Amino acid sequence: MRTKDLVATAISNTFRSKLRTTLTVLAIFVGAFTLTLTNAVGAGVSQYVDAQVGALGSPDVFIITQANDATAAGDGPVKYDAGSSASVSSQQGPPGTTTKALTDTDLTKIGDTAGIVSVDPIRAVQPDYIEYGTGSQYEFSINATSAVTTADLTAGAQLDGSASEAQLVLPDTFVTPLGFASADDAVGASVSIGITDILGEQHTVNATVVGVSLESLLAAGAGANDALIAELADAQSGGIETAVTSYGVAVAHFDTALSADSVTALKADLATAGYTASTIEDQLGAVQTVINGIVGVLNAFAVIALIAAAFGIINTLLMSVQERTREIGLMKAMGMSGGKVYTLFSLEAIVIGFLGSAIGAGVAIGLGSALSAVLSKGLLSGLPGLNILLFEPTSVAFVILLVMLIAFLSGTLPAQRAARQNPIESLRYE
Amino acid sequence: MDSEWVIDAQGLEKSYGSGASRFDALKGVSVQIAPGETVAIVGKSGSGKSTLMHLLALLDEPDQGTLQVAGHDAKSLSKRAVNELRNKEFGFVFQQFFLTPNVSVLDNVILPLKIAGMGSKERRRRGMEVLEQLELADKAGNKATTLSGGQKQRVVIGRALVNAPRVIFADEPTGNLDTATGAVVEDILFELNRSQGITLVIVTHDEDLAARCDRQIYIRDGLVVSQTTSTHTGSTHTGAHAQATPEALTTAGGAA
Ligand SMILES: Nc1ncnc2c1ncn2[C@@H]1O[C@H](COP(=O)(O)OP(=O)(O)O)[C@@H](O)[C@H]1O
Ligand SMILES: [Mg+2]
Repeated sequence: MRTKDLVATAISNTFRSKLRTTLTVLAIFVGAFTLTLTNAVGAGVSQYVDAQVGALGSPDVFIITQANDATAAGDGPVKYDAGSSASVSSQQGPPGTTTKALTDTDLTKIGDTAGIVSVDPIRAVQPDYIEYGTGSQYEFSINATSAVTTADLTAGAQLDGSASEAQLVLPDTFVTPLGFASADDAVGASVSIGITDILGEQHTVNATVVGVSLESLLAAGAGANDALIAELADAQSGGIETAVTSYGVAVAHFDTALSADSVTALKADLATAGYTASTIEDQLGAVQTVINGIVGVLNAFAVIALIAAAFGIINTLLMSVQERTREIGLMKAMGMSGGKVYTLFSLEAIVIGFLGSAIGAGVAIGLGSALSAVLSKGLLSGLPGLNILLFEPTSVAFVILLVMLIAFLSGTLPAQRAARQNPIESLRYE
Repeated sequence: MDSEWVIDAQGLEKSYGSGASRFDALKGVSVQIAPGETVAIVGKSGSGKSTLMHLLALLDEPDQGTLQVAGHDAKSLSKRAVNELRNKEFGFVFQQFFLTPNVSVLDNVILPLKIAGMGSKERRRRGMEVLEQLELADKAGNKATTLSGGQKQRVVIGRALVNAPRVIFADEPTGNLDTATGAVVEDILFELNRSQGITLVIVTHDEDLAARCDRQIYIRDGLVVSQTTSTHTGSTHTGAHAQATPEALTTAGGAA
């Protein structure tokens, strides 16, 4: 029998028992549908994170904190040490996380580490509001690491770290409320930022908007250059010089010529010195790891559905072999080899697998694309640029091929049974 | 070369089951079938006729004894060669129709050609030719299940005939047909023998059908009890039945 005829026969046999085929296909459909969607979520999120990493740029920056040793449960209380025990809210990690503060001694030590070019503390400032002209005042926050990262701009330019003028990169969600006609309109405008000092007195600081950025998953808030941060910090301190300066986080630039291995070695050096150093990519990687974990769990469910479907295929084909005993016997009597009979039934399994997975993937793409469009306008509108479901042709093809492989393996047992059938037994007439 | 195409069986034994349930269906049967012959294997139900036919047609292997086909020992043939032989040289009419339901008459008829790997155009042409010959061309597109018994048996004969075989093995070909329809089917088979020289091996318990064959092999309890040769030499082939017209075929088929 020619391959073409085998395939054609397998396809037409599949449609002979429509109800049974439909039910089996439905079981596969569920698995393939889920798998296609979960893969799309994984791809969508990782594409978003990659884009963010790209936008954030700064491949030569470490974000450095004291190694976190303070609050591990079960270790008992840690002895107080006046030199190092100051804790600050670092804005790193989940809300409420505190880490031991970095002192000027620490900064010198970090700066002296071979490979580190420069180190700067990040000063956290908490402004109250932002205002343009005589418009309304809006609650407002500044992203502490914005000075070292690159914003995803929709208008204007990046912050200039060395400028003496106070510069601001405004999140695009503020453009209309503040009274600007467009993002381009906002660029170049002067806004005032209100901030309360430690004595409870309110001050205003003026800043020039140099750019408008898309709000991102990892860098919420506005961007401010060093000059603006310094001005805000001075206003916040109310002119009182604290005896020991301590910072939650420092930013260190390392030698851009270092290889990936050397960067890893440098991280290890800093770790032995008692500091946690992570690149921006590391931090994004952590987010991605969590999302990949969730996608992995969903995938596991999809695979379980597919395994259940595999038993459905076995059952369907065993029934089919049973029903078609006479037909198989006849074909073998007419000289069809066991191998060809095996191929025929395997192909039927593959056809069922293909039907289920192609329909499943197709429906997943259709529904998913619609859902994705709705979500990005609604629930996820706060994360512009995030395409939560990204259907990559290769991964869709992979799902379909995987299901076809599972179907082929499920078809092995029934196909073997058909191939081994003795024509005489099958054609015996009682 | 045709003359070499003898099926020569010597001392065939075949038993089914084992131990207490062992049943000796054939206990040493020797038969020879020459090319162009029509041979009837006659006996009561359960005497071993079908078993013998299956062995002769290489559908099964004997426990003891030898079988030679066209000078080749069946045992020495590879599985592939045996499949090829059954596909190309033999045609089968089994005790039941064994037509695939929900598949067209034409597709049923061309099954052996499909198995042989013939191209779809060519096998379609050949299938229509055979259906034409059997006055079934107008039914080519019908599902096999919609046919009458006589028409079904003619489809079965078409399927046995489509690969232009040397030998047609027919197991009780008229067993589940009424007398008139059975007679038409018999006529078709003998006509094939006369016009195309196809060897017929017909299993039957019908004495009249057996009498129309050149030779009768009588079997009882797995042994050949006697062999007879018909005195006629072909005169009966042009008897009353053989003159059945196409109209008669259709009428008989439709009436069944
Ligand atoms: N596969 C089988 N298993 C067990 N017994 C069988 C089998 N095939 C045939 N027989 C037995 O062998 C005997 C001969 O069968 P068969 O050749 O079909 O007889 P016939 O065709 O003459 O009616 C019968 O008694 C039948 O029950
Ligand atoms: Mg029988």
